[in-house]
Amino acid sequence: MVAESGQPHRLAEVLDAERDRLIGRWTELAGSALRGRLTTVELERDLRDLYGALLPVVTLDAELNQAESADLKAQLADLSRSRARQGFSPTETASSVFALKQAVSELTAKDDSPETFREVLAFSALLDTLGLWTFETYAAAREELIKEQSEQLLELTTPVVKLWEGVLAVPLVGTLDSARTQVVMEKLLEALVETGSEHAIIDITGVLAVDTQVAQHLLKTVVAARLMGAECIISGIRPQIAQTIVALGIEFGDITTKATLADALRHTLQREGVVVSRGARDRTR
Amino acid sequence: MDRVPILKIGDMLLVSIQIDLQDQSVLALQEDLAEKISTTGASGVVIDISAVEIVDSFIGRMFATIASLSKLFDAETVVVGMRPAVAITLVELGLTLGDVRTALDLDRGIAVLQSLTARRRGESVGQDDESVRVTG
Repeated sequence: MVAESGQPHRLAEVLDAERDRLIGRWTELAGSALRGRLTTVELERDLRDLYGALLPVVTLDAELNQAESADLKAQLADLSRSRARQGFSPTETASSVFALKQAVSELTAKDDSPETFREVLAFSALLDTLGLWTFETYAAAREELIKEQSEQLLELTTPVVKLWEGVLAVPLVGTLDSARTQVVMEKLLEALVETGSEHAIIDITGVLAVDTQVAQHLLKTVVAARLMGAECIISGIRPQIAQTIVALGIEFGDITTKATLADALRHTLQREGVVVSRGARDRTR
Repeated sequence: MDRVPILKIGDMLLVSIQIDLQDQSVLALQEDLAEKISTTGASGVVIDISAVEIVDSFIGRMFATIASLSKLFDAETVVVGMRPAVAITLVELGLTLGDVRTALDLDRGIAVLQSLTARRRGESVGQDDESVRVTG
């Protein structure tokens, strides 16, 4: 192997020649940090693959933007992702990479020529970059997971339930933001069309806080339902929230609001002309 | 330019919009409708927009214009079958339909018109006869 300067790259030669010994030592060092949670065979296979991808880039600079390092990066990303899934912390994954430093320095300890020293230094800088790259991949994988989960949560937390023939209800729980209200609005309006319901109740008992923006979103939903020919009631306004709404000076206009879901249901049943009455109780039971 | 047909059913007019509305056809519709209401003396107008997928502010204003126009002939207007996406768009545009009534579908729209005209004639309609009894 020859470096860009034309000089033979001594470290690369050593790495190539001592491949098996180095991988063995690397596995040993990395394995001790993982405390037996990964079998030696598995670990050695992972590290051998990594080593194979690492060799061609040793002679390059520590910066990993060349085309040659794409393979190495992809392999590291895979490793980091699978480790993250197995429950390893990013530190453990990175220290697996850093363990090679010690293995190499042990091997080159006897050679004290300045050339080798410089090369080992460059090599450890390369390994640092790789370790950081595993961190980055780990964080990215986590971000992806969080994004997926929050999307699922968005779908799950906005159910549209049918309370009565022609009466739908949306129990809202948690915090309302623009994205969520958009989903609620769309789902509710779709459900109104699908079921041919003329009444909808938005229950905000589980909503932690109402500010001007949330109120604005609620108003928009009610107006949109009205445009489609349905009536929308807001229920479950808690005392503290009522105070906030008044303090903020939010006007609900001619939109019907009720204290509880039961009140809202009674109101809609009245509008539908449904009479609910208490029958004679069956005392023989 | 496509013209929107205006159909007469009983003493009401049915406008079923099945085409992509352009400003020209909206203007033509308004003219035709005014003509038709005055000649037939209809007491109500039902505008079915269940096939309309795209609206802009001009079309949004059309409903209010038609409503106030028919009001001059003493006819009520009901807009039926608005799609959710259209409703959201109109709200986002900040448009209100004025005193236009709305209904979920054509059936309910006609029922609304009938109860309105009946009320105006001073009759009572037995609409609320479906009472459900719950024992508890």
